[in-house]
Order: sequence, then structure tokens, then C-alpha cells
Amino acid sequence: MTQYIIRRLLQMIPITFGIVTLIFALIHLIPGDPAIQIAGENARPEDVAQVRQQLGLDKPLWEQYVSYLGGLARGDLGTSFRTREAVSKEIWLRYPATIQLAFGGMVVALLVAFPLGILSAIYRSTWIDNVARFFALIGVSMPSFWFGPLLIIAFAIHFQWFPVSGREEGLRSLVLPSLTMGLALAAILTRMIRVSLAEELNQLYFTTALAKGVSRGRAIFVHAMKNAMIPVVTILGLQFGSLLTGAIITEQIFSWPGLGRLLIQSISTRDYPQVQGSILVIALTYIMINLLTDILYGVIDPRIKYD
Amino acid sequence: MAKRTLKQTFLSNFALSAGLALTVLMVLLALAAPLLAPHDPSVQKTAMRLSGPTADHPLGLDDLGRDVLSRILYGARVSLRVGFSVVLIASTIGITLGALAGYFGGKIDTIIMRLSDILLAFPGILLAIAFVAVLGPSLNNVIIALSVIGWVGYARLVRGQVLKVREIEFVTAARALGATSGRVILLHVLPNVINPVIVMATLGLAGAILAEASLSFLGLGVQPPTPSWGAMLSTGRQYLGLANHMAVFPGIAIMLAVMGLNFLGDGLIDALDPKYRKEQ
Repeated sequence: MTQYIIRRLLQMIPITFGIVTLIFALIHLIPGDPAIQIAGENARPEDVAQVRQQLGLDKPLWEQYVSYLGGLARGDLGTSFRTREAVSKEIWLRYPATIQLAFGGMVVALLVAFPLGILSAIYRSTWIDNVARFFALIGVSMPSFWFGPLLIIAFAIHFQWFPVSGREEGLRSLVLPSLTMGLALAAILTRMIRVSLAEELNQLYFTTALAKGVSRGRAIFVHAMKNAMIPVVTILGLQFGSLLTGAIITEQIFSWPGLGRLLIQSISTRDYPQVQGSILVIALTYIMINLLTDILYGVIDPRIKYD
Repeated sequence: MAKRTLKQTFLSNFALSAGLALTVLMVLLALAAPLLAPHDPSVQKTAMRLSGPTADHPLGLDDLGRDVLSRILYGARVSLRVGFSVVLIASTIGITLGALAGYFGGKIDTIIMRLSDILLAFPGILLAIAFVAVLGPSLNNVIIALSVIGWVGYARLVRGQVLKVREIEFVTAARALGATSGRVILLHVLPNVINPVIVMATLGLAGAILAEASLSFLGLGVQPPTPSWGAMLSTGRQYLGLANHMAVFPGIAIMLAVMGLNFLGDGLIDALDPKYRKEQ
């Protein structure tokens, strides 16, 4: 097991390296002279020169790359053009808000998907099943940037139960953004749980358990659920990663002060070091979560071999 | 099993029929937008800003006094243009690279697959945001960004299929008869992998339309005054409570379009490759 984890970590190195290189390359993709683009078309030559020097664009490419990697190794993501402070400072300030939102979305998804998916599997081809399947269909087709505004119209403007935007009101602020984030995941999980559990209910060991006098509830929740959970956990892990990127849009809808909003704000102010840093942190978090999912998958399914 | 007729396939496959109907409707509405739109999508009636649906303006007016229905119809053209361009570019690149990787193996395979590993490890929309942030927001840059991330799926799919097909006797036979690699790939291997590619392209079309709307919603896509569903929703968000129709109707358009294409893709899986469903 330890060997497997170490090997997976080692496999991560080239991929992380590739991503870091890709993000480094991005700033050199800016058409024309990046320094002029960043400083603005009408900037004074000395300002352009300053930007060039700040970004190290006056040095040869390989030297820039090496100093970029060196900076990363020291946790230095550069200096923001806008605040003149370390890029990492703003990121760590915003990071908790994004993680909170992602967890909020996850909790909503689990609260909806488990009851719905389980009922749907037990009462297959009945009206309960049809309702669950219809929900799953709507859930995956409804873009969050539409569902969010609909929630605002209903629950923030009409009923005024929750704030329209921001993060100042604690849990009350978290409800609508979490619902927005959780909908798509809830739909995917409901489908997954339904298919996965329904398959286990058809297995012989399930019938055997019932024949031996195990109650139906126990057979479902203790025997079948354990096996049905394996694919569900994988999807959950992979989707947690996409919750992070989903946060970029949800944060924009609700003016949620997280990493995604920071990214979009930095793009509009052409704060490239901040853009680079934010993208890097989101991407690395995403990769780490996928890695943890892989490892967790191994822990809950003893059938998986580690060689 | 006897071969089913086309009519039977459609009758027994609700997803396929409903999806095809919605998709055809969307394409027709987009093509006929200049004929169907009741108003010029860029004409501003400032006195009527934000006013709700009326007989003359069935879906109301936006913050600049433009007809929402006309803008949704014209917006369909933008969505479809992005969707089709991305699918065309991404599938061409992906099929070519996937076929090369699968057929020749070795170093070509390693390079292409490692590149796809990196792109897959990166959340797609984030990469698209990064590209557009650097290249600048515009319709063409959205198409470029989505194509750059979109080819990976096709490449992986085609590579896998080519690896399978490559070992079947008829390919060996073609080679033995002296067919060149190019001829074998084009005439013998690719026709056998085309069905899953069609399914992926249909679902990819939905994905591209949604991604364009997302980018435009974030202000990184199509720039005003060109009507785009995502951008309309983004403006509508600022007028929630005052003019809900501005956000509600473009959202319905996006949802129907995406749902139609997803239905079509699902239906095609059953119609083209019944085995695929069972393996899922």
C-alpha cells in the first residue's frame, strides 16, 4: 500500500511539471510584446521597461523559466501588479472561501443524491424512480449560471430568506451558492448510486443474505451499499475537483470572495502574476484531490491490487 | 437480431427522437434568425429599457432597450458557430493524432499520450479561461481555446479503437496486399472507429456550447454588442428583481440546446452501438 502511494506520488511529478511549464508558457503566448500588452498600448516607454524588468522578460527564456521554478520551490508566486504584494498572500486569503463553497456544494449533493439514488434503486421503474431520473436529467442540463440566478430570484429577492450575494452572513450566505454548486453533482451522483446499487441488489450474495434471514434494510444498507459505494466514491472524488472549477462561475454569480473571483478580477485588471498564481493553485489542488481519490479508492476496495 | 429499420429505431428510442427534434429546431431557428427575429437585435429603444414581455416584444427588452427574443435567436448562431467550429477542429486534430499514436505506437504514441495526460490533469474550463485571459476575449479565441483542450478526448478514443482494429485480420490482409500506412488508416481503420466518434462529437457540441456560454458569462467570451446567451445571462444577473426576464429566457435557451444535444448523443449511443450501453 505504501509502495502504491509512493508510486502514485512519483507519477505526479512529470504531470505537475508539465502543468507548471504550461502555465509558465502562457504569459509568453501573449501576442506581440507582453510588456506593452500588460502596461497598456499608450504606456510610457519607461513604464513598459519597468514591467519588462519586473516580469524578467528582458532575460533569456531559459533563465526566466529557471527563476520561475526556483520561485515556486520557495513558495514565491511573484508580486501582484495591482496590490504590489505577494501573489500568494491574496490567494491564501481567498482560498478558504473557495474550499468552504466546494464543501457546501458537496454536502448539498450528498444530502440530495443519497436518499434519491437509494430510493430510485430500491423502487426501480416506479414513479419514485421516474422522478429521480427526471431530476438527474434536469440537473445535468441546467447550467449553474442559470440555476444560481433562479435561486436568487426565488429565495433572495421574492422570499428574502437568504442574501443576494456576499459572504458576510455566515451560513445563510452559504446556502444559495452551495445549492447552485451542488445541483449538477447531485444529479450525477443520484444516477451513479441508482445504477450501482441496483446492480448489487441483483447479485447472488444479496439474495443469499435475505435467504439467511437478514432483514431487507440490513441487506441493503450493510451488505449491498458497501459494494455499491466503490464507484460512487471515485465519482465523488473526481467531481470534487470539478467543484473547484465550478466555483469560478458560482463565485461570480454570488460575488463570493474566493479564488475564482480573484482569478476573473485579475484577468480584467491584467494582473498576470496573480492570474498565473491563481490558476496554478487551483490546478494543483485539483490534481491533489484526484490523487487522494485514487488512494482512497484503493483503501475501500480491497480487490484492487497495488502492483 | 433482425436489423431494425430507421423508423423502428426512432420510434423505440425516445432520446434519439426528442434530441434530434430539439437540435434540428435549434439549427433551423439559428439559420432563419434574420427572417424570424421580430426586431433588429442591436436596435435600442432606450425609453423602453428593461420592460417585460409585451405583444410586440414577447420576451421583453434588455438594459439597453433591445429585443430579447431577437437577441436569443441571433445568439443561437453564435452558440452553433462556436459549437461546430470547436467540434470540427478538435475532432480533426484528435482523430489524426489518435490514429497516428495507435497505428504507429512507439515514440509518437508516447509523446501524444503524455501531452494528453497533462491536458487531462488540468481542469478543462480553467485551461480555456487561461488561454482566453492571455489571448484576449473574442469569439475566435474562445474557439481556439476550446479546440486546444477538446482534441484530447477524440485522440484517446481513436487511439484505443485503432489499437483494437489494427489486430483484426482484414487490416493485416490489406497490409499484405501492399497498402500504404496512410491508405490502411484512412480506408480500413478509421471507418471502423467512426461510430463512437460521432457520439463523442454530438456530446462535444453540447459541451462546447455550454463552455462558450460559461466563458461569455465570465466576460471572457464573445464581446458586446454581438448577442451571446452567456453574456445575456451575465447582464441579466445585474438586473435580477428588476427585469428577471433578461436572465430567465437566455437560460432556457441554453438549457434546451444542451439538453437536446445530450439526448441526441445518448440516443445515438443506443442506435449506433448497443454494446456500448451494456458495457457502461
